[in-house]
Amino acid sequence: MLLGIVVTLISLWYGQNHGLLPVAASAEAILVDGLFNVMMTISCGLFLLVEGALIFSIIRFRRREGDDEDGVHLEGNIPLEIVWTAIPAVIVFGISIYSFDIYSEMGGLDLMNHNSTPTEAVKIAYAPDLENGDMPLLSDVGLGEPPSSAGQPALEVNVSGLQYAFIFTYPDSGIVDGELHIPSGQLVRLNLQAQDVLHAFWLPEFRVKQDMIPGQETRLVLEATREGTYPVVCAELCGPYHGGMRTQLIVHSPEEYDDWVQSKVAQGNTAETLANLPGSDRTDAQYLANFVEPLDLDIDADALAQLQAMPHAHMASHS
Amino acid sequence: MTTSEVKPAAAPASEAILGNERKWTDYFTFSTDHKVIGIQYLVTAFVFYMIGGALATAMRTELATPAPDFVTPDVYNGLLTLHGTVMLFLWIVPAGAGLANYLIPLMIGARDMAFPRLNAIAFWLIPPSGILLISSFFFEPPTAGWTSYPPLSLNTGMLGEGIWILSILIGGTASILGGLNFLVTILKMRVPSMPLTKMPLFCWAMIATSLLILISTPVLAGALILLAFDLIAGTAFFNPTGGGNPVVYQHMFWFYSHPAVYIFVLPLFGAISEVIPVHARKPIFGYRAIAYSSLVISFLGLIVWAHHMFTSGTPPWLRMFFMITTMVIAVPTGIKVFGWLATLWGGKIAFTSAMLFALGFIATFLIGGISGVMLAAVPFDIHVHDTYFVVAHFHYVLFGGSVFGVYMAVYHWFPKMTGRMMNETWGRIHFALTFIGMNLTFMPMHELGLMGMNRRIALYDPQFTDLNVVATIGSYIMAVSTIPFIINAIWSWRYGQKAPANPWRALTLEWQTLSPPIIENFEELPVLQTGPYDYGLGYIPEKDPAELYSHAGEPAAAT
Ligand code: HEM
Ligand SMILES: [Cu+2]
Ligand SMILES: [Cu+2]
Repeated sequence: MLLGIVVTLISLWYGQNHGLLPVAASAEAILVDGLFNVMMTISCGLFLLVEGALIFSIIRFRRREGDDEDGVHLEGNIPLEIVWTAIPAVIVFGISIYSFDIYSEMGGLDLMNHNSTPTEAVKIAYAPDLENGDMPLLSDVGLGEPPSSAGQPALEVNVSGLQYAFIFTYPDSGIVDGELHIPSGQLVRLNLQAQDVLHAFWLPEFRVKQDMIPGQETRLVLEATREGTYPVVCAELCGPYHGGMRTQLIVHSPEEYDDWVQSKVAQGNTAETLANLPGSDRTDAQYLANFVEPLDLDIDADALAQLQAMPHAHMASHS
Repeated sequence: MTTSEVKPAAAPASEAILGNERKWTDYFTFSTDHKVIGIQYLVTAFVFYMIGGALATAMRTELATPAPDFVTPDVYNGLLTLHGTVMLFLWIVPAGAGLANYLIPLMIGARDMAFPRLNAIAFWLIPPSGILLISSFFFEPPTAGWTSYPPLSLNTGMLGEGIWILSILIGGTASILGGLNFLVTILKMRVPSMPLTKMPLFCWAMIATSLLILISTPVLAGALILLAFDLIAGTAFFNPTGGGNPVVYQHMFWFYSHPAVYIFVLPLFGAISEVIPVHARKPIFGYRAIAYSSLVISFLGLIVWAHHMFTSGTPPWLRMFFMITTMVIAVPTGIKVFGWLATLWGGKIAFTSAMLFALGFIATFLIGGISGVMLAAVPFDIHVHDTYFVVAHFHYVLFGGSVFGVYMAVYHWFPKMTGRMMNETWGRIHFALTFIGMNLTFMPMHELGLMGMNRRIALYDPQFTDLNVVATIGSYIMAVSTIPFIINAIWSWRYGQKAPANPWRALTLEWQTLSPPIIENFEELPVLQTGPYDYGLGYIPEKDPAELYSHAGEPAAAT
């Protein structure tokens, strides 16, 4: 009894104070962290209970010197077995429901309402009436607008992944950049696509991730809640320099964000930006350096030289 | 006692031969004796484990610092791909098959497997498959990870990728042949007095494993053949440039590879269900629950694959469906873990090396199981997918479960296989080093992943250096930990103390014949007198121990 209380208290405390996650900088992150903390509480309790029972048995039920007898003949205990089938079942059921709830709050289910829209719906000869609209199970992939939000995201950014960089295009203002700038407190929609191989767009501080798939656009809708600079990380093996495929996300206050847009537009010509972006006519090594310098890594010169010698295997940056 | 000049030819002599007339050269031939094949499998697998471990040590050395300075990122990806592939397809699968081969006929009172020749063929496919794969390292290693997702796998080098595909197709064929053989043997060749419900739990686990192998491996073969067409013939099944869909490959791949994780671990679930009752002197708790939960796991294991694709091109309803099936699989797994714990509870636990590894198995597998349930929760998995959290999770399952399980099994059945006891002190040292090293290596990876370190990278953000150094130190401890094991195994095999027929006083049938067993296993087919775990009822393990023991000594002296 006392033990139960202690285990519960420790678990509750640890569930809140594990310190295992980076700062939460988005609305989604706060939801996910809530889920993680609950799971961590339950896990901690379970861990202490089971490992405790194990250690207790090891000490209490060890074989004494010279004791060659068998233990008690006990083949099972149906009620007990039902209990330890039922308890995990209830726990995972609870976690499932909670996860489902969080998932829909994050806008995961929103996509069910928009059907996936490939360029043109294929007409099937023997079922000419069948359109995509009739196939409710086909939908976009990623995260959509959270149900709590009114209206559409104010800002839309097209994100393109290529070995080994991200390119951000702002259709409204024509800005093209290698870093992602967004305003806080607003819904932002990211349309993700990949130009060569699979990549994944991950924002650890936002707790969101979505693969970028060549030939299929995916999507993330998120809302930053905390200003600052955060890493953008590729989380799908995309080649040797996968580890170097990173950039930055800068969350501005709405005013600062407007200033940034102004200054970018004033600079005008995106051609220059484009030229500085990976993928146009650079070698792997050059843009690798872009991502390595902020990381403070020193890649040895040989490796770079070796890379430079390699043929350039990329498609041109998208326009 | 019959003295016999019969040479142990490939086809065993029809009359029962006492003693062990095996020559060491048999182990290098196309022998059809399941015991020879079992040991061939185990030794071969262990050699590949050493290679896979060396690759892992090289990777950890690279990861001791953030910059790619020890090897180039290209080479790192080669190490990564070969490490994953070798560990899974050349170590865990063959090790499980080796145990199954050695144990199943002995446990059910059969003289051999149902299809001895097929069995030998299955084994002899493994070395070419492995040598092929390893050799690729010296000209062009595959670098797309053990999952080999297109389009990356289609443009990282045709030779390496082609070798990888061929090697796995060969290994997969071996696995299918083995699975078929295990299934038929267990269902058809039991001694008449053994109903399914009196069968050792290892055999139940192998039924579940074999079903999974037979259902899912062909799908992997299909996926790899299509991938090979894309790679070599320029088709576009998965290549988006030609209108293919790379996500379809992922579905096919994981349709095999999720069940595969149960193929990796179920045989060891079976083995631990044998070891714990013997060394705790208590019947297994909830025989039926443990037996049937294997089958439930293997069924559920077939419908959870897309949990590896939560952040891929997976629509919302699929994400929710696979979340729930994955969560449910925790229930039968929990039944097993609780069953083992309850078996220990009230027993008389002897801290043999086998038991220590069994305890380590439960302790670490539990952690992998808990993090597994967390990963099933879609919103959380979206954060940690493809990070070091996942790396920590699957190593707790694969290392804590499968590798501890194999070591446990070796310490437990070594006397049966070789007729010699292993040194227990060195066994304990081996356990302590492995357990410490394993936790030191993989525990910090949970935090790394949560904090933002993605996996499969040769260079990483310097903020993660400290924990990576800890992990690297842990991996060196693990590397060192195998040394006492290897020395112990080789030394004991040659000079260890002679093992009686039944050193652990166990009740299952494999202990009721000599150590090592005669060529056709049993002088006379045994008749079941007790259930496999009827400890505490005053049964004496064998009819006349003295007779068995005396047989054991003689032929060995003759060689
Ligand atoms: C000997 C100790 C071991 C160490 C130090 C070790 C270390 C590692 C490391 C550092 C990675 C790279 C993780 C990543 O970036 O994704 C890795 C991947 C992996 N390991 Fe191990 N590992 C060990 C044993 C094992 C065992 C016993 C197994 C299986 C039975 C295994 C299976 C795998 C697999 C499947 C991968 C994924 C490869 C891939 O991403 O393609 N490892 N291991
Ligand atoms: Cu990448
Ligand atoms: Cu899985």
